[in-house]
Amino acid sequence: MNKSSIGARLAAAPYLVWSVLFVVAPLLMVVYYAFTDDSGNFTFLNFAQLGSYSDVFVRSIWFSLIATVVCLVLAYPVAYLIAMRHERTQRVLVMLIMLPMWMNFLLRTYSWMAILEDTGVINSILSKLGLSPVHMINTPGAVILGMVYNYLPYMILPIYSVLAKLERSMIEAAQDLGANRWQVFTRIILPHSMPGIASGLTMVFVPSVSTFYISQKLGGGKFDLIGDTIERQFQTSYNYHLGAAISFVLMVLILVCMAALNKFAADDEGGLLI
Amino acid sequence: MKTMIRIYTVLVYVFLYLPIAVMILFSFNSINSTGVFGGFSLRWYRELFRDSETLNALKNSIIMAVLSSLIATVVGTAAAVGIDKMRSRWLKSVTLTVTNIPMVNPEIVTGVSMMLLFVFASRLVRISGVLGFWTLLIAHVTFNLPYVILSVLPKLRQIDPHLQEAAQDLGCPPLKSFFLAVFPTIVPGVLTGAIMAFTLSLDDFVISYFTNGPEFQTLPIRIFSMTKKRVTPDIYSLSTMLFAAILLLLIIINVLQAQSEKQQSKKKYY
Amino acid sequence: MKRRFACTLVFTLLASFVIPLLVLSAEAQDETVGSGYINVFNWGEYIADGSDGSINVNEEFTRRTGIKVNYSNFASNEDMYAKLKSGGVAYDVIIPSDYMIARLIEEGLLQKLDFSNIPNYSYILDEYKNIYFDPNNEYSVPYAVGMVGLIYNTKMVDETPDSWSILWDEKYANKILMFNNPRDAFAIAQFLLGMSVNTTNPEDWDRAAEKLKEQKPLVQSYVMDEIYNKMESGEAALAPYYAGDFLSMQQNNPDLALVYPKEGTNIFVDSMCIPVTAQNKKAAEMYINFLLEPEIALANAEYICYASPHKAVVENPEYSLAGNEVIYPPEEAKANTEYFHNLPKETLEYMTQKWNELKIGGSNNISIYIGLVVVVVVVVAAFVIRTIRKKRQNAYIDGPAGDK
Repeated sequence: MNKSSIGARLAAAPYLVWSVLFVVAPLLMVVYYAFTDDSGNFTFLNFAQLGSYSDVFVRSIWFSLIATVVCLVLAYPVAYLIAMRHERTQRVLVMLIMLPMWMNFLLRTYSWMAILEDTGVINSILSKLGLSPVHMINTPGAVILGMVYNYLPYMILPIYSVLAKLERSMIEAAQDLGANRWQVFTRIILPHSMPGIASGLTMVFVPSVSTFYISQKLGGGKFDLIGDTIERQFQTSYNYHLGAAISFVLMVLILVCMAALNKFAADDEGGLLI
Repeated sequence: MKTMIRIYTVLVYVFLYLPIAVMILFSFNSINSTGVFGGFSLRWYRELFRDSETLNALKNSIIMAVLSSLIATVVGTAAAVGIDKMRSRWLKSVTLTVTNIPMVNPEIVTGVSMMLLFVFASRLVRISGVLGFWTLLIAHVTFNLPYVILSVLPKLRQIDPHLQEAAQDLGCPPLKSFFLAVFPTIVPGVLTGAIMAFTLSLDDFVISYFTNGPEFQTLPIRIFSMTKKRVTPDIYSLSTMLFAAILLLLIIINVLQAQSEKQQSKKKYY
Repeated sequence: MKRRFACTLVFTLLASFVIPLLVLSAEAQDETVGSGYINVFNWGEYIADGSDGSINVNEEFTRRTGIKVNYSNFASNEDMYAKLKSGGVAYDVIIPSDYMIARLIEEGLLQKLDFSNIPNYSYILDEYKNIYFDPNNEYSVPYAVGMVGLIYNTKMVDETPDSWSILWDEKYANKILMFNNPRDAFAIAQFLLGMSVNTTNPEDWDRAAEKLKEQKPLVQSYVMDEIYNKMESGEAALAPYYAGDFLSMQQNNPDLALVYPKEGTNIFVDSMCIPVTAQNKKAAEMYINFLLEPEIALANAEYICYASPHKAVVENPEYSLAGNEVIYPPEEAKANTEYFHNLPKETLEYMTQKWNELKIGGSNNISIYIGLVVVVVVVVAAFVIRTIRKKRQNAYIDGPAGDK
């Protein structure tokens, strides 16, 4: 018993060393840069500057929230339908959902530019039909559309995988007890899918709030999000300290949201166990 | 109601595939435009094969994906075994939290933090030009590891802990007992982790953007710099071919799985 | 037995994949480690790369010298500065603009060139020597010369523009492109307002920033090289950009035209330099000398369509752009031009701050704030309701006796 434990415990050592070096240390670096200035002195100045960036934070959170809610509303029926099919059909349908995810994210977003532009696919079709062109690109709607498109599969798959485990007998039992469709949905299906929803919410909200490519390409650089601002501090303005401060706040923001979400989902699960 | 959901689902699928359809369509465009379709032509496929930089980037991406997923799988599986056997509950929960960090953190923060680390370290040691192949590899392995660990760990928990003990009682040395008693059961988890790591590494853009150097460009970085300049439809040809390759792969996997399931259901009757 | 066989099979398969890949990657490494390569950092679309029947300059260099060129692009001088200063990459040759070179020299980031390794320097025309940013010609060799002009699509713009003010014309809302870097963007506003682009007065910068903020709702997109697709496809109608790039665009869309507005414009020289962190100075100087070879300089000049500072190019009878009014304008057109100079640190910081404000500002309506408050209220309310419900349900289970 002892021999295998020592060998086995040492097995995790390389990983522990690695994560200290390359997971913990980088985060400490962010904290270091966030709290210092050019001469290495401790300062809160970087965070004080963040006050003028509140617009960016609010905008990013708002766009991501809309994108997340839209994803949830769009994804749920699809996940439900797939979960109710035969196993073989399920596999094919899931594969078809995952396939676009394998395509390069940059190119998928760039193709939306080609579709939404004033001289793009949709407007060409509209003008051929004799209708007036619609200005879609470089609007907040285009950015949100980009977020929804890129992260929709990440909402569908977790909800589907939870719903697929739902036992039909539960639904039948509820119906036997006289529940109508709405009650079956709100009392059985919805609570059961909460872990999937929570997972999906995270997997859509986190990348949406921190993206910079989508806002650059589909927003024309007019709707700077948190990701754009961070990227600009590191790639153009050469202001590592401000960039680190914004990153730090972003990390804290995400942690808070996830903690709140966990509590929410956990509470609900506690309620289910009746 | 049911037909409504069905129609709705079809619409969602169409939405998911719309840009891909556009990509495929314009990859066959005879004119140099990504907005107007001139006619059918294989011109951009020919251009693509002449574009040595893009082909080089593709090769680099594959090399990086294979290497980083291999390293991550080996280190990650060992780590999962180690974590599973950890006695100290405190150490276990700390390790699991640290494992979750790269998954929860937004990619831009991971990328930026690693860049800060590399730049800081290079300034300490007074080397310049540290960003390149090795920093990229380190970054890729770092974000791959959690996925491997979290794929293997659940499988490990399903194993009877006495199995390995029994093998050792029968005279097997510890390492061999691991490979004979434990490893075969966790192989599905290891494979899933490896494939996830491969996929993530192949398509990673944000983290690579901050940690790469000019000598070793990966495909997403190359595509990004292409979209910052004049874009020609040969990118679309590349993605169409990648799409066809992946579609083929997924079809093969699906057929194989269906076949193995048929065989398994047949076996049950013996 | 079967399992062992399967295991060995899997291992041999893996090995047969892994080992060649490791060897390949080691090779990929060898190609780039050691003395056989240089890192070149240049603007985008700024070298003949083999498309449209041109020579691939970098490949030609490798063919002649055996030195590999790792060629990467930056979108603006500020991007180049940030990448260089970080020390993350060691560049051997960089090709920034005049004012940035002045800044790099001031900060001690450039090496003096050994002109005995660059004999082709004799081809550089005298008018491009001893310019303010490198008065003794120690650090840089001119690469291309240009001016910023106003590009417009003749089919989409009714009048013939002659002033920068057309970029603020509401008639063309959402068809206007603007520079995505602070120096060039502010310069347009500064020319329009009649102030120097090198002013150090913060109030001047405030006024220029206000003008740009006025313009933002009309701007379709802030671009650098993304401009090619947008102007060539007719997606946008008006844009300020560099004259040489206009000629390339015009080749793809003959409807485009360029004018140098009456308020004046920026003139610039992009030059090749070697940073202090260069790993391979000898090879870098070889590269610079190579770019000055008459036939290479000609091929480059024909492809990038910028004015060339190279004697053999300009005097070459086969040079198709000789005397082109756009890139070699008559002296009167050059009268109103201004070079960018490097600005003092406080002005630069102020400019960066104003630029940040411009980029992040804009279309935040009150509605977004209201929306967020509503969301927070809803979430908190849902949380509270759930906690109350749970307490009630627990009380129900526990019963009046309260024991469990």
